[in-house]
Order: sequence, then structure tokens, then C-alpha cells
Amino acid sequence: MSATTLDTPAPSRIRLGLRAVMGVVVVVLATFPLLNMLPQDSVFHVSDFLVSVSGKWICYAILALSLDLAWGYAGILSLGHGAFFALGGYAMGMHLMRLIGPRGVYGHPVLPDFMVFLGYQQLPWYWLGFDHFAFAMLMVLLVPGMLALVLGWLCFRSRITGVYLSIITQAMTYALMLAFFRNDMGFGGNNGFTDFKELLGMPLNTGAARASLFYASLVSLVGCYLFCLWMTGTKYGRVLTAIRDAENRVRFLGYDTTSHKLFAFVASAMMAGLAGALYVPQVGIINPGEFSPGNSIEAVIWVAVGGRGTLVGAVIGAFSVNGLKTWLTSAAPDLWLFVLGGLFVAVTLFLPKGLVGLLKGRAK
Amino acid sequence: MKGRRLYLDGVSVVFDGFRALNNLALVVEPGEMRAVIGPNGAGKTTMMDVITGKTRPTSGIVTFGELDLTRMDEASIANLGIGRKFQKPTVFDALTVFENLELALKAPRGPVACLRWHLAGAGRTRIEEVTTEIGLTDRAHDLAGILSHGQKQWLEIGMMLMQDPDLMLVDEPVAGMTDAETEHTAKLLARIAGRHSVVVVEHDLDFVRALGCKVTVLHEGTLLSEGSIDHVQNDPRVVEVYLGR
Repeated sequence: MSATTLDTPAPSRIRLGLRAVMGVVVVVLATFPLLNMLPQDSVFHVSDFLVSVSGKWICYAILALSLDLAWGYAGILSLGHGAFFALGGYAMGMHLMRLIGPRGVYGHPVLPDFMVFLGYQQLPWYWLGFDHFAFAMLMVLLVPGMLALVLGWLCFRSRITGVYLSIITQAMTYALMLAFFRNDMGFGGNNGFTDFKELLGMPLNTGAARASLFYASLVSLVGCYLFCLWMTGTKYGRVLTAIRDAENRVRFLGYDTTSHKLFAFVASAMMAGLAGALYVPQVGIINPGEFSPGNSIEAVIWVAVGGRGTLVGAVIGAFSVNGLKTWLTSAAPDLWLFVLGGLFVAVTLFLPKGLVGLLKGRAK
Repeated sequence: MKGRRLYLDGVSVVFDGFRALNNLALVVEPGEMRAVIGPNGAGKTTMMDVITGKTRPTSGIVTFGELDLTRMDEASIANLGIGRKFQKPTVFDALTVFENLELALKAPRGPVACLRWHLAGAGRTRIEEVTTEIGLTDRAHDLAGILSHGQKQWLEIGMMLMQDPDLMLVDEPVAGMTDAETEHTAKLLARIAGRHSVVVVEHDLDFVRALGCKVTVLHEGTLLSEGSIDHVQNDPRVVEVYLGR
């Protein structure tokens, strides 16, 4: 019998619609620093507060994207993604500390204040190289990437999946938090790093620096989004989806699922590290609290609320939940944790596909 | 005839003292079609698990040509040319029929190779051939999740064909199918049989008769009888444990 030729279908309208939503989000955000320069009494004026807080949200959106790649596509529900974010943040923080130079309170030419205070005589070996921006940026990606590689390899080759894997990732971030709280780790103990002065020759307390970091974050978000869009559109992306839904079956097709999951997990951890590195100079501080398990769980909720398995969903989820958090923690601070918990339960029960699922339903 | 001989001898699998397979022997020649029958718990699925690397035998020899299958994992065995269709159809619901077949298509399997993958003319032609063979041309761009039960079974057989295996293990291909679907499946397997070795596990004796091949009867993890369908149906031991009741 002769085979019928099959045409490649065009991308669905829903998929194009979601990309358009992403485009609108990015364009609106891009205007914020510009509108911030308008006179205060203009209706279009965007406050300093909104610029700085949305700069943070962009970093969260990158974290959400990275988590969505691991969870939404590869089925790896990490409850410790905050650890990769924090490690990227610490790597950037080490660079910023080195840039303070002799301007610290103690005025030591090399050692950061906390080391002088703790009686260090010289810089620990693992701080070497962090005075160079390029080296620090490399570490921002490599340190979370290496941790994900080792942890992922140990778990995936032993076929640890599901809730067990989630618990291990959660334990990892908790263990790191305890470790970073210790003064003798050489990372500033519970105070972490702060009092940053400059980055790439730019004083951090100026409007120009805020705008630059904002745009750097936005460009990174678009870059990560396009990277994920490309990745999930290839056969590799379809292998990940297949692993998520029926890992055993994929093995019987001849795929070594361990290496596929590891690849996605490491890429995801690096993205989370980048998000943390962009976050730290914007908020001006990094401390072990960033490793707290609650942060990682919140990131999971962003993705669940937005709609896991769709890249736009992760981004929308990060912005909407954090928007709600910012508003609610000032309007009714005691309510926030109840609302967050309630939100998670409600989404799981009524909106399993998240806000994006709601949009898709409308489109149909 | 290309292909290798599947050889099992003295294979036992013990789970917590329960002997799922007990000193099992089986030889499938290249290009041969073989039906395996037996009551529930006879060890049919465990036998497939052992051949495909899902379960390690407690003792015994399992070879494919010269190669020792007991030392390999599922992915390596699949790449060696042993395909499997599961009892419960497992296709990837979130992917289209076309994408399911594309994943199964013989090609480099690493992450980087998959990232750089581009479906070339020959691969596309092969997918089109198999889609036609399994009768799912009209559904090629539908999600596998919305197919009927019978269509999922065919898609899974199609995925096995895409791997172009030397040996195909087919677990209960007609379970839950209508008579028309069963007939279609028998024809499909008969067409395939000449090109590959096929082992079919099935309960439906009319279907086994339609296949017209040598039959192996398992009972309590061991070989009970072997021969033509008429031979085994008249074997008093088989009648006692399985057919007579």
C-alpha cells in the first residue's frame, strides 16, 4: 500500500495567542523605567517603588520559567529551586563585596567587613577570582549547575522520582540554609552580604543603575523565555514531555532518561542562578534566608497558579502572585500566608491548568 | 533473514520467595512468530520484563545473538533491536500521533542529538508509511490522548515498527478490542511477522489460532507445552491447567 503524505500543521491559534501575551507583558514592562522619568504629577508616571518592585518580579519570573522547565516539562518537581537562585545570588554577592574594596567600615584594602570582624587574616581560597566580573558571572551559572548535576545524577540514576525527589530537593535547600548560617563558612553567616557600592563601575544607588539592572533582567527574561521556547519546541522538548508522562515507556524506546532529565535539570538550575544574580544587586542584600524552603515552595505556587507546562503561564504566575503579595502584605499583612495556602488549594482543585488554562478555555 | 536468536535457559525470577519464573527455557529463531499463552500468573509478563531488562533474573541465561541481556538496561536493550508493546497501551497522550512515531523513529537518542534533530525526508517517509500501515493517517496530527483504545494499541505497534526492531514483544494486543479491530490487528501482525521475530502474549485463543504459528504454554513460571495450536490444545496437561477447567 502507498503511504499518504502528511503536512506539517501550523502552530495553533492558542499557542500564538500565548506568545502574544508574553510580548505584551514584556513591552509594558519595558516602558516602566521610561515612564518613571515623567513628572510626578503625570497620570502615566510610574513610581520608583513600582520600578524597583517589578525589577524583582522579573527575576522571580526567570526563576518560575526555570522551575517550569524542570517541573512542567520534565516532571521533576523540585521543592529546592530557591537554593539555585540563592547560590547564583551569593556568587553575585561575592563579586559585589569584592568591589567594595577599601570603602568598608573597617577600611581593610582586601577583606570584606565581616571577615575583618570575624578575625580573618586573608581571603579564603574560594573567594579568589570573584573580583573579576566575568569569573563571577561564570560562577553564577556553574555553581548551581554543578550542584544540580551531582544531585540530579545521584537521584535520577537511582530512579528516585515523584515525592521522594521533591523531599530530597527540599532537604537540600534546608541543609544549605543551615550551612550558610554558620560564620565559619566564610559567607557572612546570618547577616550575609550587604552595603554593596557599585557594579561594572556604576554606583548602585542611582536611578541609572536601577534602570540598567531592570533592563538587564528584562533582557535575561526574554532570553530565557526564547531559550525555553526553542528547547521545548525541539524533539528534545517532546522527549521531556514523554518522560514526564511515562518515563518507563521512554526507556523502552531506547532513551537513556537519566541523561535527558539531568540536562534539563542543570539548564534549569543555571537559569535559576542567573535570576538570583540579577536579584541581589536590585535588593541590595543576600542572606541565608534566601535558602529557606518556603521560598522554593512559593516558586512552585507561582508556576501552579500561572499554569505549568506553558512558559507564559510560569511568567504570568510569578507576576500575578507576587503582585498580590506586594499589595496584600501592606494592606493586610497577617492574611498573606492564609491567602497563599488557599490559593494553592484553590488552583489545585479548580484550575489544574492555572490561569493560562482559563485563557485557553476562553479561546475555545 | 537478518536478526538474532532469542535464547532463554534455566531462567528463574524470585520475588520475596515467590517464584514468578521457574527454570524457564524458550528459543525464538530469527523471523519466527511465536504465541505465548498461559493462565493469569503464569509468568508471561515477567518473561517479557526479563527480556527487556526491566527485571533481573535471579538465575539463568538470557541471550540475544551473542549478547547477554541480563547485563544491560532497558534503553540499551531497546537500542539493540528489541521492541515492546505493553499490555496496557502506553502512548504519550500529550503528543500527537505523528510526534509519538517520531520519538520512536530510529535516530541518535542523546539530549544534544535530540536538540539538533531535524526530521529529514527519509524519516518523514518512514513515519508516513507506518501511519498508513496502522491506519491512522487521518488522525496523524491529533493528540494520542484522544484516540480510542484500539487506535492506541495500533499506535503502540506503530511505535515499535518505527524502532525497526529485530524482535518484537507484543503483550495482549487485542485485549479490549472489538471483533473488527481484532481481525485488523491479526492482519497487521501477520504482515509484520516476515520481517521481524515476533513474540505475542495473548489470552484470546481464536486470535492465536488466526496467527497460525507455534504456541508456547506457560504455567507457574515454567514451560508446560510447546507446538502447534492443535497440539497444545490436545495436550492433557494443558487441558488440565488451562483449557479444560
